[in-house]
Amino acid sequence: MRIERGRIRLAVIAAVAVSGAAMLLGRGAGEPEPQTAAAAKAPAATAQSQAKPVEEKLEVPPPPFSDGIYPCSTCHAAVPPNRTRRELAMHTEIDLKHDETHRWCLDCHDADNRDVLHLASGEKVEFTESYRLCGQCHGEKYRDWRAGVHGRRTGNWNGTKGYLLCAHCHNPHQPRFHSLAPKPAPERPSRVLSGGK
Amino acid sequence: MLNQRPEAGCGSEGCGSGGCGTQSGGSHGTGNQGCGSAGQGDYLGDPSRRLFNIAAVGAVASMALNTACGPKRLYEAPKDKLRALIAEEEKKYTAEYGKTVKVSDAGPMPGVQFAYALDISRCIGCRRCVYACVDENNQSRDPQIHWIKVNQMDKDKGVDFSHADPYYNPEQVPQEGHFYVPVACQQCEDPPCVKVCPTGATWKEKDGIVVIDYDWCIGCRYCMAACPYGARHFNWAEPKIAPSELNPNMHYLGNRPRTKGVVEKCTFCIQRSREGRYPACVEVCPVGARKFGNLLDASSEIRYIIEHKRILVLKEELNTVPRFFYFYAT
Repeated sequence: MRIERGRIRLAVIAAVAVSGAAMLLGRGAGEPEPQTAAAAKAPAATAQSQAKPVEEKLEVPPPPFSDGIYPCSTCHAAVPPNRTRRELAMHTEIDLKHDETHRWCLDCHDADNRDVLHLASGEKVEFTESYRLCGQCHGEKYRDWRAGVHGRRTGNWNGTKGYLLCAHCHNPHQPRFHSLAPKPAPERPSRVLSGGK
Repeated sequence: MLNQRPEAGCGSEGCGSGGCGTQSGGSHGTGNQGCGSAGQGDYLGDPSRRLFNIAAVGAVASMALNTACGPKRLYEAPKDKLRALIAEEEKKYTAEYGKTVKVSDAGPMPGVQFAYALDISRCIGCRRCVYACVDENNQSRDPQIHWIKVNQMDKDKGVDFSHADPYYNPEQVPQEGHFYVPVACQQCEDPPCVKVCPTGATWKEKDGIVVIDYDWCIGCRYCMAACPYGARHFNWAEPKIAPSELNPNMHYLGNRPRTKGVVEKCTFCIQRSREGRYPACVEVCPVGARKFGNLLDASSEIRYIIEHKRILVLKEELNTVPRFFYFYAT
């Protein structure tokens, strides 16, 4: 058996640099317009990689909302935002187990517009682009996912690859994978011919 | 590693392709037959007889195939002859199973070398792949044939097949302290199974898929003895598949129905992969542990994995050079 360290190719360095730059900038808290900021800083940050400040948006199926819950503003438009961390009277079905000691709802959901999420930078992102939000912390996974390596792949190996949002497989409130019942074990070898088949 | 060698190509243009005398695994010097070559070529005997036996193609066809180069594999027959044969097969299966069956004869795509990667750090041993494979590839339900075998291993012992348990059956997987290593055909670059086949019934295609022509297999099972991975399976009895469960989308070298007494194995879902689709096991895997693609495409998943992740191949010391890589994404 062989264990081999992978080599990094230039093309990939470029790709990584792009996502890395986007992520770094995304984390720059208090940056009011990260898009513009990214455009300004990208050339410096990524030197020769000719970084494009905005990554290509990926086609994904609709986010897996619970029935009838979206748009959130249907209810929330009438409720003034309360930014205090507290036990909620609503949404009791959500049991947050995702670094819950450090974070709560409004770290990802946007208080001013409940129909979108927001990055650490304050930039708002649609639910269909929620992978950018997840990618802020899970940068390595995000990189692998964009390369088609993390996560389930459907479609064509030489054409359009099917991507899923992180939330299609991981419950964002409890992202740990649940165990599954396995399919039946194979039959042990037996004298299959003894039945006179 | 993946140098192209002359070898049999499916759907190739007849005599010219691959040069004469390059047949099933001929790249390894086993050269079953060729221009004036002796040895195993003699065993294969009179080409027209074989063609009659195998294909029931008429005398005209067999004359056409008996070229100056010497005998040719059935699968290297001119396209139109092949199509005629396949149309007959389609008719036969359609009648037998009561649904419209399509048998493809798609050949390897130029510039494509298939490879597969499986993430050992993700696989949870749920066996979804095993049964997706059975459904896709028309494996016999009774007696049971599974092309994929999922081994449960102890984390303490590492990848060690002497302690592997394929019969694990807990209520939930993954089980604490265990990991899972599914094994199917490793599609070796230098496949020992091909070397030992006395009839040239199995060979490596140009895109790297090791295939079997079930009409040429005599069931000697030499290939099963030669395979270090236990990837080949024998039809000890007439395979049974309910017509309702038959997958009618077939490939001549892949999932068309087998008969008693022939060997079968994974073909990277040749009927899907040569259409550009992912194999069935890749699509069904709930944790996304299975990856597939073209080694020659620098932007493919498979290249990304080989270049960025820790990878291993099974029984590397045997120098079979598998195209099936195991890796750790984390």
